[in-house]
Amino acid sequence: MVGNIILYFVVALAIVIFSIMAVTTKKILRAATYLLFVLIGVAIFYFQLGYEFLGAIQVAVYAGGIMVLFVFAILLTHKPNANAAPLGSHRKIAGILASVIGGGLLLWALFTMPMLETSEGVRSLSDAIAGGPDISMKMIGRAFTGTEKYQYLLPFEAVSVLLLACIIGGVTVARKR
Amino acid sequence: MDLNILWYLVPSVVMFAAGVYGFVTRKNMIAMLVSLELILNSADLNFVIFNRFLFPDSMEGMVFSLFAIAIAAAETAVAIAIIINIYRAIGSTDIVETNKMKH
Repeated sequence: MVGNIILYFVVALAIVIFSIMAVTTKKILRAATYLLFVLIGVAIFYFQLGYEFLGAIQVAVYAGGIMVLFVFAILLTHKPNANAAPLGSHRKIAGILASVIGGGLLLWALFTMPMLETSEGVRSLSDAIAGGPDISMKMIGRAFTGTEKYQYLLPFEAVSVLLLACIIGGVTVARKR
Repeated sequence: MDLNILWYLVPSVVMFAAGVYGFVTRKNMIAMLVSLELILNSADLNFVIFNRFLFPDSMEGMVFSLFAIAIAAAETAVAIAIIINIYRAIGSTDIVETNKMKH
Protein backbone atom coordinates (compact mmCIF):
# COMPACT_ATOMS: atom_id res chain seq x y z
CA MET A 1 0.00 0.00 0.00
CA VAL A 2 2.71 2.46 1.01
CA GLY A 3 4.83 1.20 -1.88
CA ASN A 4 1.96 1.99 -4.24
CA ILE A 5 1.75 5.57 -2.98
CA ILE A 6 5.52 6.09 -3.24
CA LEU A 7 5.50 4.68 -6.78
CA TYR A 8 2.59 6.97 -7.63
CA PHE A 9 4.45 10.07 -6.42
CA VAL A 10 7.67 9.21 -8.26
CA VAL A 11 5.84 8.51 -11.54
CA ALA A 12 3.47 11.49 -11.28
CA LEU A 13 6.39 13.83 -10.59
CA ALA A 14 8.33 12.36 -13.52
CA ILE A 15 5.33 12.78 -15.85
CA VAL A 16 4.77 16.40 -14.79
CA ILE A 17 8.43 17.42 -15.01
CA PHE A 18 9.28 15.59 -18.23
CA SER A 19 6.13 16.65 -20.07
CA ILE A 20 6.89 20.29 -19.30
CA MET A 21 10.55 19.82 -20.29
CA ALA A 22 9.53 18.08 -23.53
CA VAL A 23 7.69 21.19 -24.72
CA THR A 24 10.17 23.79 -23.46
CA THR A 25 13.60 22.34 -24.29
CA LYS A 26 15.56 23.90 -27.13
CA LYS A 27 17.02 20.74 -28.62
CA ILE A 28 14.55 18.61 -30.54
CA LEU A 29 16.26 15.29 -29.83
CA ARG A 30 16.02 16.03 -26.12
CA ALA A 31 12.31 16.75 -26.52
CA ALA A 32 11.89 13.28 -28.04
CA THR A 33 13.84 11.72 -25.15
CA TYR A 34 11.70 13.48 -22.54
CA LEU A 35 8.60 12.30 -24.42
CA LEU A 36 9.94 8.76 -24.09
CA PHE A 37 10.17 9.18 -20.30
CA VAL A 38 6.59 10.49 -20.18
CA LEU A 39 5.35 7.52 -22.22
CA ILE A 40 7.11 5.07 -19.90
CA GLY A 41 5.58 6.87 -16.90
CA VAL A 42 2.12 6.48 -18.41
CA ALA A 43 2.85 2.78 -18.99
CA ILE A 44 3.73 2.43 -15.28
CA PHE A 45 0.39 4.05 -14.42
CA TYR A 46 -1.34 1.47 -16.61
CA PHE A 47 0.46 -1.33 -14.78
CA GLN A 48 -0.45 0.22 -11.43
CA LEU A 49 -4.12 0.50 -12.42
CA GLY A 50 -4.14 -3.22 -13.20
CA TYR A 51 -4.11 -3.12 -17.01
CA GLU A 52 -0.95 -5.12 -17.67
CA PHE A 53 -1.70 -5.80 -21.35
CA LEU A 54 -2.32 -2.12 -22.08
CA GLY A 55 0.92 -1.18 -20.33
CA ALA A 56 2.84 -3.72 -22.39
CA ILE A 57 1.24 -2.37 -25.59
CA GLN A 58 2.11 1.18 -24.54
CA VAL A 59 5.77 0.23 -24.05
CA ALA A 60 5.94 -1.80 -27.28
CA VAL A 61 4.08 0.56 -29.62
CA TYR A 62 4.89 3.98 -28.19
CA ALA A 63 8.23 3.60 -26.45
CA GLY A 64 9.39 1.06 -29.03
CA GLY A 65 7.87 1.92 -32.39
CA ILE A 66 6.87 5.56 -32.39
CA MET A 67 10.01 6.75 -30.61
CA VAL A 68 12.23 5.02 -33.19
CA LEU A 69 10.23 6.77 -35.94
CA PHE A 70 10.69 10.10 -34.17
CA VAL A 71 14.42 9.65 -33.71
CA PHE A 72 14.90 8.63 -37.34
CA ALA A 73 12.84 11.58 -38.56
CA ILE A 74 14.79 14.00 -36.37
CA LEU A 75 18.15 12.65 -37.48
CA LEU A 76 17.05 12.82 -41.14
CA THR A 77 15.88 16.42 -40.98
CA HIS A 78 18.09 18.17 -38.41
CA LYS A 79 21.72 18.99 -37.92
CA PRO A 80 22.94 17.50 -34.66
CA ASN A 81 23.06 20.03 -31.83
CA ALA A 82 20.89 22.54 -33.68
CA ASN A 83 18.91 24.79 -31.37
CA ALA A 84 15.30 25.67 -32.01
CA ALA A 85 14.71 29.24 -33.11
CA PRO A 86 13.89 31.55 -30.19
CA LEU A 87 10.19 32.05 -29.59
CA GLY A 88 8.38 35.21 -30.49
CA SER A 89 6.72 36.75 -27.44
CA HIS A 90 3.30 36.62 -29.14
CA ARG A 91 3.41 32.88 -29.55
CA LYS A 92 4.73 32.38 -26.04
CA ILE A 93 1.97 34.48 -24.49
CA ALA A 94 -0.65 32.75 -26.62
CA GLY A 95 0.68 29.33 -25.60
CA ILE A 96 0.85 30.16 -21.90
CA LEU A 97 -2.67 31.64 -22.00
CA ALA A 98 -4.10 28.63 -23.84
CA SER A 99 -2.48 26.05 -21.57
CA VAL A 100 -3.06 27.88 -18.27
CA ILE A 101 -6.71 28.72 -19.03
CA GLY A 102 -7.38 25.25 -20.45
CA GLY A 103 -5.60 23.43 -17.63
CA GLY A 104 -7.17 25.68 -15.00
CA LEU A 105 -10.66 25.03 -16.36
CA LEU A 106 -10.01 21.30 -16.41
CA LEU A 107 -8.70 21.32 -12.83
CA TRP A 108 -11.69 23.39 -11.67
CA ALA A 109 -14.05 20.97 -13.38
CA LEU A 110 -12.22 18.02 -11.78
CA PHE A 111 -12.34 19.31 -8.24
CA THR A 112 -15.97 20.46 -8.40
CA MET A 113 -17.45 17.52 -10.29
CA PRO A 114 -20.67 16.25 -8.64
CA MET A 115 -19.38 12.69 -8.99
CA LEU A 116 -17.05 13.33 -6.04
CA GLU A 117 -20.10 13.41 -3.71
CA THR A 118 -21.02 9.84 -4.61
CA SER A 119 -19.39 6.73 -3.21
CA GLU A 120 -18.04 5.67 -6.62
CA GLY A 121 -16.28 9.02 -7.04
CA VAL A 122 -14.06 8.61 -4.01
CA ARG A 123 -13.42 4.89 -4.38
CA SER A 124 -9.80 4.02 -3.57
CA LEU A 125 -7.50 2.20 -5.97
CA SER A 126 -7.39 -1.02 -3.95
CA ASP A 127 -11.22 -1.10 -3.75
CA ALA A 128 -11.48 -0.44 -7.48
CA ILE A 129 -9.07 -3.24 -8.34
CA ALA A 130 -10.80 -5.60 -5.90
CA GLY A 131 -14.20 -4.61 -7.35
CA GLY A 132 -13.39 -5.79 -10.85
CA PRO A 133 -12.31 -9.08 -12.39
CA ASP A 134 -8.66 -9.75 -13.17
CA ILE A 135 -8.37 -8.86 -16.84
CA SER A 136 -6.91 -11.97 -18.41
CA MET A 137 -5.57 -12.40 -21.91
CA LYS A 138 -8.53 -14.68 -22.59
CA MET A 139 -11.04 -11.89 -21.85
CA ILE A 140 -9.17 -9.45 -24.07
CA GLY A 141 -8.98 -11.97 -26.91
CA ARG A 142 -12.72 -12.71 -26.61
CA ALA A 143 -13.52 -9.00 -26.59
CA PHE A 144 -11.60 -8.46 -29.83
CA THR A 145 -12.88 -11.45 -31.79
CA GLY A 146 -16.63 -11.57 -31.26
CA THR A 147 -19.67 -9.78 -32.61
CA GLU A 148 -21.85 -9.88 -29.50
CA LYS A 149 -22.46 -6.97 -27.14
CA TYR A 150 -19.17 -5.61 -25.71
CA GLN A 151 -17.18 -7.39 -28.43
CA TYR A 152 -15.26 -5.53 -31.05
CA LEU A 153 -14.54 -7.58 -34.18
CA LEU A 154 -15.65 -4.88 -36.62
CA PRO A 155 -13.50 -2.05 -35.18
CA PHE A 156 -10.61 -4.51 -34.95
CA GLU A 157 -10.86 -5.29 -38.67
CA ALA A 158 -11.32 -1.59 -39.45
CA VAL A 159 -8.05 -0.88 -37.63
CA SER A 160 -6.37 -3.60 -39.71
CA VAL A 161 -7.52 -1.91 -42.92
CA LEU A 162 -6.44 1.48 -41.54
CA LEU A 163 -2.95 0.16 -40.76
CA LEU A 164 -2.67 -1.30 -44.28
CA ALA A 165 -3.77 2.01 -45.81
CA CYS A 166 -1.27 3.79 -43.57
CA ILE A 167 1.60 1.54 -44.69
CA ILE A 168 0.77 2.13 -48.36
CA GLY A 169 0.25 5.86 -47.76
CA GLY A 170 3.52 6.22 -45.86
CA VAL A 171 5.50 4.46 -48.58
CA THR A 172 3.84 6.45 -51.37
CA VAL A 173 4.33 9.80 -49.69
CA ALA A 174 7.92 9.32 -48.53
CA ARG A 175 9.49 7.40 -51.44
CA LYS A 176 11.99 9.08 -53.77
CA ARG A 177 10.63 10.11 -57.16
CA MET B 1 -4.61 8.42 2.72
CA ASP B 2 -5.41 6.36 -0.32
CA LEU B 3 -5.09 6.85 -4.05
CA ASN B 4 -8.40 7.85 -5.61
CA ILE B 5 -9.50 9.06 -9.04
CA LEU B 6 -8.32 12.68 -8.63
CA TRP B 7 -4.72 11.63 -7.95
CA TYR B 8 -4.45 10.06 -11.36
CA LEU B 9 -6.38 12.72 -13.26
CA VAL B 10 -4.16 15.60 -12.12
CA PRO B 11 -0.93 14.45 -13.90
CA SER B 12 -3.08 13.81 -16.95
CA VAL B 13 -4.31 17.43 -16.88
CA VAL B 14 -0.71 18.66 -16.61
CA MET B 15 0.30 16.52 -19.60
CA PHE B 16 -2.60 17.91 -21.60
CA ALA B 17 -1.77 21.55 -20.73
CA ALA B 18 1.91 21.02 -21.58
CA GLY B 19 0.87 19.50 -24.90
CA VAL B 20 -1.35 22.48 -25.72
CA TYR B 21 1.48 24.89 -24.85
CA GLY B 22 3.91 23.01 -27.08
CA PHE B 23 1.44 22.78 -29.92
CA VAL B 24 0.87 26.54 -29.91
CA THR B 25 4.47 27.67 -29.41
CA ARG B 26 6.57 25.22 -31.41
CA LYS B 27 7.48 26.06 -34.98
CA ASN B 28 9.11 22.77 -35.87
CA MET B 29 6.67 20.18 -37.21
CA ILE B 30 8.31 17.23 -35.41
CA ALA B 31 8.21 19.14 -32.13
CA MET B 32 4.50 19.82 -32.74
CA LEU B 33 4.01 16.09 -33.27
CA VAL B 34 5.73 15.46 -29.90
CA SER B 35 3.21 17.81 -28.25
CA LEU B 36 0.37 16.03 -30.05
CA GLU B 37 1.55 12.72 -28.61
CA LEU B 38 1.39 14.23 -25.11
CA ILE B 39 -2.23 15.31 -25.68
CA LEU B 40 -3.21 11.90 -27.09
CA ASN B 41 -1.56 10.10 -24.20
CA SER B 42 -3.38 12.15 -21.59
CA ALA B 43 -6.67 11.29 -23.31
CA ASP B 44 -5.79 7.56 -23.32
CA LEU B 45 -4.85 7.75 -19.65
CA ASN B 46 -8.21 9.38 -18.86
CA PHE B 47 -10.16 6.58 -20.57
CA VAL B 48 -8.34 4.00 -18.49
CA ILE B 49 -8.67 5.92 -15.21
CA PHE B 50 -12.42 6.42 -15.56
CA ASN B 51 -12.79 2.77 -16.52
CA ARG B 52 -10.87 1.57 -13.49
CA PHE B 53 -12.42 3.80 -10.84
CA LEU B 54 -16.03 4.24 -12.00
CA PHE B 55 -16.75 0.97 -13.86
CA PRO B 56 -14.26 -1.59 -12.53
CA ASP B 57 -16.34 -4.58 -13.67
CA SER B 58 -16.10 -3.74 -17.38
CA MET B 59 -13.10 -3.06 -19.65
CA GLU B 60 -14.47 -0.81 -22.38
CA GLY B 61 -12.11 2.06 -21.52
CA MET B 62 -9.10 -0.22 -21.92
CA VAL B 63 -10.34 -1.50 -25.29
CA PHE B 64 -10.90 2.07 -26.45
CA SER B 65 -7.38 3.00 -25.31
CA LEU B 66 -5.96 0.08 -27.29
CA PHE B 67 -7.72 1.30 -30.45
CA ALA B 68 -6.54 4.85 -29.76
CA ILE B 69 -2.93 3.64 -29.47
CA ALA B 70 -3.17 1.74 -32.77
CA ILE B 71 -4.65 4.74 -34.58
CA ALA B 72 -2.11 7.12 -33.01
CA ALA B 73 0.70 4.91 -34.32
CA ALA B 74 -0.76 5.00 -37.84
CA GLU B 75 -1.26 8.74 -37.67
CA THR B 76 2.31 9.35 -36.49
CA ALA B 77 3.77 7.21 -39.30
CA VAL B 78 1.83 9.11 -41.98
CA ALA B 79 2.66 12.47 -40.39
CA ILE B 80 6.37 11.67 -40.34
CA ALA B 81 6.24 10.54 -43.99
CA ILE B 82 4.64 13.87 -44.91
CA ILE B 83 7.20 15.82 -42.86
CA ILE B 84 10.11 14.04 -44.57
CA ASN B 85 8.52 14.74 -47.94
CA ILE B 86 8.17 18.44 -47.09
CA TYR B 87 11.80 18.48 -45.94
CA ARG B 88 12.84 17.07 -49.33
CA ALA B 89 10.81 19.71 -51.14
CA ILE B 90 11.77 22.86 -49.21
CA GLY B 91 14.76 21.81 -47.08
CA SER B 92 13.19 22.67 -43.74
CA THR B 93 10.62 21.41 -41.25
CA ASP B 94 9.67 24.87 -40.00
CA ILE B 95 5.94 25.57 -40.35
CA VAL B 96 6.65 29.21 -41.21
CA GLU B 97 8.55 28.06 -44.32
CA THR B 98 5.81 25.76 -45.60
CA ASN B 99 4.05 28.58 -47.44
CA LYS B 100 6.83 28.18 -50.01
CA MET B 101 4.79 25.29 -51.38
CA LYS B 102 2.33 27.81 -52.83
CA HIS B 103 4.87 29.27 -55.24
